[in-house]
Amino acid sequence: MLIETKDLKKHFQIGRKQTLHAVDGVSLQIEENEILGLVGESGSGKSTFGKALIGLHSRTSGTTTYNGQLLPAKFTAADHLQYSKELQMIFQDPYSSLNPRMTVLDIVGEGLLIQGQTKRSEVKDQVALWLEKVGLNADHMSRYPHEFSGGQRQRIGIARAMIIQPRFVVCDEPISALDVSVQAQVVNLLEQLKQDLGLTLLFIAHDLSMVRYVSDRMAVMYLGSLVESGPADDVFFNPQHPYTQLLIEANPEPDPETERHHKYVPIIGEITSPINLGAGCRFADRCPKVMSHCRSVTPKTTVVAAKHTVNCHLFE
Amino acid sequence: MSDRILEVDNLSVEFATYGGTVKAVRGVSFHVNRGETLAIVGESGCGKSVTVQAIMGIIPMPPGKITGGSARLNGKDILGLPAKQANQFRGVEIGMIFQDPMTSLNPTMTIGDQISETLMVHRGLSYKDASALAVQLLDKTKIAEAAKRAKQYPFEFSGGMLQRAMIAQSLACNPAVLMADEPTTALDVTIQAQILELMAELQRTENMSIILITHDLAVVARMADRVAVMYAGQIIESGSVDDIFYRSSHPYTLGLKEAMPSNKGDRDKKLSPILGSPPDLFHPPVGCGYFARCPYAMKVCEHQQPPEYLLAGDTTHQARCWLQHAGAPVNKRLYQTGANHAD
Ligand SMILES: Nc1ncnc2c1ncn2[C@@H]1O[C@H](COP(=O)(O)OP(=O)(O)OP(=O)(O)O)[C@@H](O)[C@H]1O
Ligand SMILES: Nc1ncnc2c1ncn2[C@@H]1O[C@H](COP(=O)(O)OP(=O)(O)OP(=O)(O)O)[C@@H](O)[C@H]1O
Ligand code: SF4
Ligand SMILES: [Mg+2]
Ligand SMILES: [Mg+2]
Repeated sequence: MLIETKDLKKHFQIGRKQTLHAVDGVSLQIEENEILGLVGESGSGKSTFGKALIGLHSRTSGTTTYNGQLLPAKFTAADHLQYSKELQMIFQDPYSSLNPRMTVLDIVGEGLLIQGQTKRSEVKDQVALWLEKVGLNADHMSRYPHEFSGGQRQRIGIARAMIIQPRFVVCDEPISALDVSVQAQVVNLLEQLKQDLGLTLLFIAHDLSMVRYVSDRMAVMYLGSLVESGPADDVFFNPQHPYTQLLIEANPEPDPETERHHKYVPIIGEITSPINLGAGCRFADRCPKVMSHCRSVTPKTTVVAAKHTVNCHLFE
Repeated sequence: MSDRILEVDNLSVEFATYGGTVKAVRGVSFHVNRGETLAIVGESGCGKSVTVQAIMGIIPMPPGKITGGSARLNGKDILGLPAKQANQFRGVEIGMIFQDPMTSLNPTMTIGDQISETLMVHRGLSYKDASALAVQLLDKTKIAEAAKRAKQYPFEFSGGMLQRAMIAQSLACNPAVLMADEPTTALDVTIQAQILELMAELQRTENMSIILITHDLAVVARMADRVAVMYAGQIIESGSVDDIFYRSSHPYTLGLKEAMPSNKGDRDKKLSPILGSPPDLFHPPVGCGYFARCPYAMKVCEHQQPPEYLLAGDTTHQARCWLQHAGAPVNKRLYQTGANHAD
């Protein structure tokens, strides 16, 4: 196992006596060289979890173990320097995540320079190499981000993360802003890098069909907690948690005939506020199968099939 | 009365930029029938938004310029109307919702007051009546506790609720046509499903026509009656949703379909992106716009624009590709009928 969290919590203090439970006790394991897909409602804490994993957010409580070592709850500058060699992140927005005043050479090479182990002249060679690897051209080095399309910018972001040769990368919605064809390019590239470099990835996205396609395993979050995880095809074709069932149900298929018979069961009500939450299942307010103790007792993790777990009282 | 509520003919739009003139929309024609949904699909930058912005009269001019064509709403020409007249149909006969609701809502006004304002300006209601109707409209879009919500500001709404509030506002004047530019791209699938269901229901109850812009083919499959596929400023294939999915007649449409993962297929199959990038719209190609990327391109494609072929046995399925010429080689992947010329 490469990375493991136990009861990881990240709370934000917002104003007096107001605590926002962004991530509220997530225990998750990621194996070396696997792609774990992470899905869930907007605001359910996916990005916060990804950032907390690699030290971009401090943890409120719980533990993260990486490669057998406990990671500090709050990274110091020295920790960032040490771990950024191995833990990297690719951001959702290819427009705002690249500094418009830096050339591609500076953007992609920055990590190597900060690490300080590569000579300036070699940095240039490395940048050229990585631009080619992500399907861009070495001549693109002297250009600025605005001269590239969305898909090309996303690939610059990938080159920037990968040039460090990290072991683990959090990809936060790396394809949401791209159109179908460019999505396919980026996904194929990530798969290839996984194979060639033995990378491990946390792949956060909204597009369930794409997540199922890319991931080895799939995890589902709802309002700060993990509700289900398992092999991607098991979760996608045989979802067990009532929320996962509604989520998969809501996924349209690119096939008109299927869609004519597709029954959409709406999720009733609005997502519960993540502020000042007590115990109980986070989905209880909207769950079609809610029982009385769901509202007061937090469900435990139950194994329902090989490597397939659900957090729901129906299975305890 | 014609069943065609909106008819666009040979629309062309250009932008003057410091790098030259961008020919963003190059002779686009389509129509929308009463009560139906037309989806416009195509990759980023192909001219989808500019097309509907031109119809709505919201292209910034300059740098934009409508260089040709017409758009008729219920038979009346609405293209390039002076601002005052444009305001009479914009938001009244045609409603519009955008990808990012935050940019079109006023952050300093309550949601209820924003809808009321539209009602007071366009329908001459008193503040009291407008406020009451605003709550009803919010309720229609399934916003719980609408009366309470109407008193809140945009920042107090989630993304899905904002999108519903925008739909409520666009419905204020009972528009005959609703234009939705990527209305669910920023939302997760459960909220997307709610918004799409809401649009479909309003269409049934109000007999509204919808123009839905998206690059998500699953959303198209779910919502569209007819589809127009755009590439490099032109519509390269159009037809019923089944024509486009099951009888694809243009190589670009095939390419789009193959770039997507299938939920049925096995996961080891590699996705096939369309190689290369779209043409430079400063100097649009003289021949077929897809020539440089088309796996089936022939000599003629480089030098001559393919005409719009009407596929045989059908009245609405059209494709702009030389492979639809009666004498073109057989292509097993493509639906070909040995078709005839449309115009
Ligand atoms: N820096 C912060 N301060 C306060 N609250 C925050 C902060 N960052 C995130 N949150 C809140 O934490 C919750 C989880 O947010 P997060 O961005 O992790 O969700 P997400 O699952 O990534 O959503 P999306 O799918 O929309 O990206 C939300 O309620 C969000 O408003
Ligand atoms: N105000 C403008 N000035 C200059 N060029 C513009 C302007 N607005 C649009 N364009 C250009 O017109 C072309 C078509 O843009 P449009 O926004 O219609 O694309 P789209 O199909 O909606 O793409 P997306 O899926 O990314 O929204 C693009 O090349 C774009 O750069
Ligand atoms: S006209 Fe030629 S280049 Fe264009 S899509 Fe058809 S075969 Fe391909
Ligand atoms: Mg996020
Ligand atoms: Mg657009």
